[in-house]
Amino acid sequence: MDNFVEGLTEVTCDVLVIGGGTAGPMAALKAKQKNPALNVVLLEKANVKRSGAISMGMDGLNNAVVPGYATPEQYTKEITIANDGIVDQAPVYKYASRCYEIIEELDRFGIRFQKNANGDFDLKKVHHLGTYVLPMPNGDTVKKALYRQLKRERILISNRFMATRLLTAREGRIAGAVAVNTRSAEFLVLRAKTVILCMGAAGRLGLPHSGYLFGTYENPTNSGDGYAMAYHAGAALANLECYQINPLIKDYNGPACAYVAGPFGAYTANSEGKRFIESDYWSGQMMQEFYNELQSGKGPVFLKLNHLHPDTVGEIEEILHKVERPSRGRFHEARGTDYREKMIEMHISEIGFCSGHSASGVFVDEFARTTVPGLYAAGDMASVPHNYMLGAFTNGAVAGEHAAEVAQEIDLPDYDPDFVRLERVRVLAPTRREDGIPPNQLEYKARRLVNDYLQPPKVTAKMQIGQARLADVREDFETALVVRNAHELMRALEVSSILDCADMAAHASLYRTESRWGLYHHRVDYPDKDDDNWFCHTLLSKVDGRMTSEKRAIQPYVVPIETEERSAYDRLRVLNQA
Amino acid sequence: MPLALSPTTVPVVVDDAKCIADKGCTVCVDVCPLDVLRISDLTGKAYMKFDECWYCMPCETDCPTGAVTVNIPYLLR
Repeated sequence: MDNFVEGLTEVTCDVLVIGGGTAGPMAALKAKQKNPALNVVLLEKANVKRSGAISMGMDGLNNAVVPGYATPEQYTKEITIANDGIVDQAPVYKYASRCYEIIEELDRFGIRFQKNANGDFDLKKVHHLGTYVLPMPNGDTVKKALYRQLKRERILISNRFMATRLLTAREGRIAGAVAVNTRSAEFLVLRAKTVILCMGAAGRLGLPHSGYLFGTYENPTNSGDGYAMAYHAGAALANLECYQINPLIKDYNGPACAYVAGPFGAYTANSEGKRFIESDYWSGQMMQEFYNELQSGKGPVFLKLNHLHPDTVGEIEEILHKVERPSRGRFHEARGTDYREKMIEMHISEIGFCSGHSASGVFVDEFARTTVPGLYAAGDMASVPHNYMLGAFTNGAVAGEHAAEVAQEIDLPDYDPDFVRLERVRVLAPTRREDGIPPNQLEYKARRLVNDYLQPPKVTAKMQIGQARLADVREDFETALVVRNAHELMRALEVSSILDCADMAAHASLYRTESRWGLYHHRVDYPDKDDDNWFCHTLLSKVDGRMTSEKRAIQPYVVPIETEERSAYDRLRVLNQA
Repeated sequence: MPLALSPTTVPVVVDDAKCIADKGCTVCVDVCPLDVLRISDLTGKAYMKFDECWYCMPCETDCPTGAVTVNIPYLLR
C-alpha cells in the first residue's frame, strides 16, 4: 500500500458526484431517485462511511425552518440581515421552503430529531431574531443512516480517489473529472454528463494557534479542493473576502458550542463572567465583538456554564461529548477543566472559506447551478449563506434532481485527451524527484503566511506582501516539492488547493475596498461600510489564465427588508457593557 | 537536501493484544477520514503511520474489539 503504480482507467457515467460527506450522498440519492436508469457515481477521497464534516455526527440542525416556528419568509429575512444584505434570496428561499421535507426524510432514515411531549419537533432559539435550532439526540447515526440509503439505491461508490481537475468540453460545458488514487497514484478519468461538487469547506487555510496542521475547526480533509477545481474550470466564486472565522474552545478548536449549551442557559462571557453579546449566533458582527473583547482588558473570552445546576451541565455534556466532536470530553479531562467549576477559555479560529457558517463559495443559483454549464455545487463550498448541515442536505437534493434532469437530455460531452496527459504530468511531478521539500513543510509555511498576512484585521500593504511570499512558496511547490508515496501525494495535492485558496482570499479581499460582515472583512485602511459602491456581490474567476474579480448586482429581493430591520445584526453588543 | 526524521508522539494508540488486524480486520484503517492508519507488515496489527489526526474518533468508535484509543494530539493538549 502507498507505493506508486502507473495506470489510467477511463469510466463513463451520467451524473458524477464528487465528495461523499453530507451534500454528496444526498445529491447522489436524489439523482438516482429522479431517474433510476441513470448511472450515478459518488467519488470520495476517503471512505464515504465516515468522511466529511459530519464524520462522527452532528448535535443539531442550526437552521431548521419548521412550520409553527418559522416561515421561509422569516428565515430568508434573517439570513439576509445577518449577511449585511449581500444575499441572492432565491436560493435561500428555495432552501427554506424545501428543508422541512428533508427533515422529515432524514427522520425516516432513522436520524431522529428532538420532539416535545406532543410529538412535535422541539426547536430552540439561538439566532438573533427567529427560532431555528433543532437538537438531534442520536446525531451520531447520521453517516450510517446515509450509507444505508446509498447501498439501498445501488449508488456506485468509488472510495480513495481524489479528484484533481474537472474536464471541460470545447464549448466550455463540463465533461467529467480527473482523479488519482490516494494509495497507489493510479489515474481515473471519469467522463460524465453533469458533475456535482460537494467537496466541503476550505477549512485547512489558516494555521491553528496550536501549530498542529490538522487541529482545524473543519475536518482537515476539507482543504478547499472544490474551490480550486471550480476556479480552474472557469466557474465564478462569490464573496470570498467574507471569510469563515469561528468562536471555539481554545486549542481544542471545536465548537464551544453555544448552539447546544445556549438554550440551557450557558453563554459567551468575558473574564469578569459577564455577557458582552446579545446573541451567540455566528455572524461577522458577532465575531467582531468577540475579537474586540479578546483584545480588551476584559479578555479573554469564555464559555460560561458554572452558574448552571450540575444536572443541567451533565445533560449538556451528554450531548457535547457524544456527537459531532466527542473527543472534547477527553480534552477537558486532560486539562482538569470542568464546566461545573470553571469557565472554559475560548478563542477565534484560523480563517477559511465555508458557506456553512459564512457566505462565500462557488457561485450557485436556486438550482445549485454554477456558471459552468453542467457543473453544480452544494454544501459548504457553494455560495448559499449560513446553510449548515441541513443546507448541504437540501441543496444537495436540489442539485441531484436538476443534474439528473439535464443528464437524461444530453449526450456525453467530449474532452481533450491532451488535458489529461498534462494533468498527469502536473500531478506526478513531485513523485519524479529524488530530493526536495516535503509537503508538510511546504504546507506549514503557506499556512503560517496566511495567518501572518491574510487574516483580519486586513491591511492592504500586508496582504500584498503575503501575496508575494505565497508566490515564492508556489514556486517551491512547482519546482522542488518531493513526495515518497501516494499518501504524501494526496497531502501535496491538498497543499495545491490551499495555495489556490490563499491566492483567492487575498485577491478577493483586496478587491472589496470597504469593510463589511464585521470581522470577516474588516479592512483597517477602509474601515467603513460603503453601500454606495459595494452593496453588491463580488465574483472571482479565471479569465484568460488570470485571477479576476468583478462586481455582480444583488438580485431583487423575494422577501422585502424594511430599512429599520436592516441593522438588527449591527446591534449585538450588550449595551451596559459597551 | 536529505530528509531528516522529525519524531512526534502520535495520538492514536492501538492495543496489540486486542487488535485483530492479523485476522483480516481493517475497520479503523477504512473509516479514518485522513487515512493515517495502516496495518504493520511486522506485527500484523494496526498502527498510526502518519501524524495527521483530527481526533474525530471513528477509528475508536467503530473498532469491533475496543483496541483503539484516540488521545488529543500533544500540541493541543
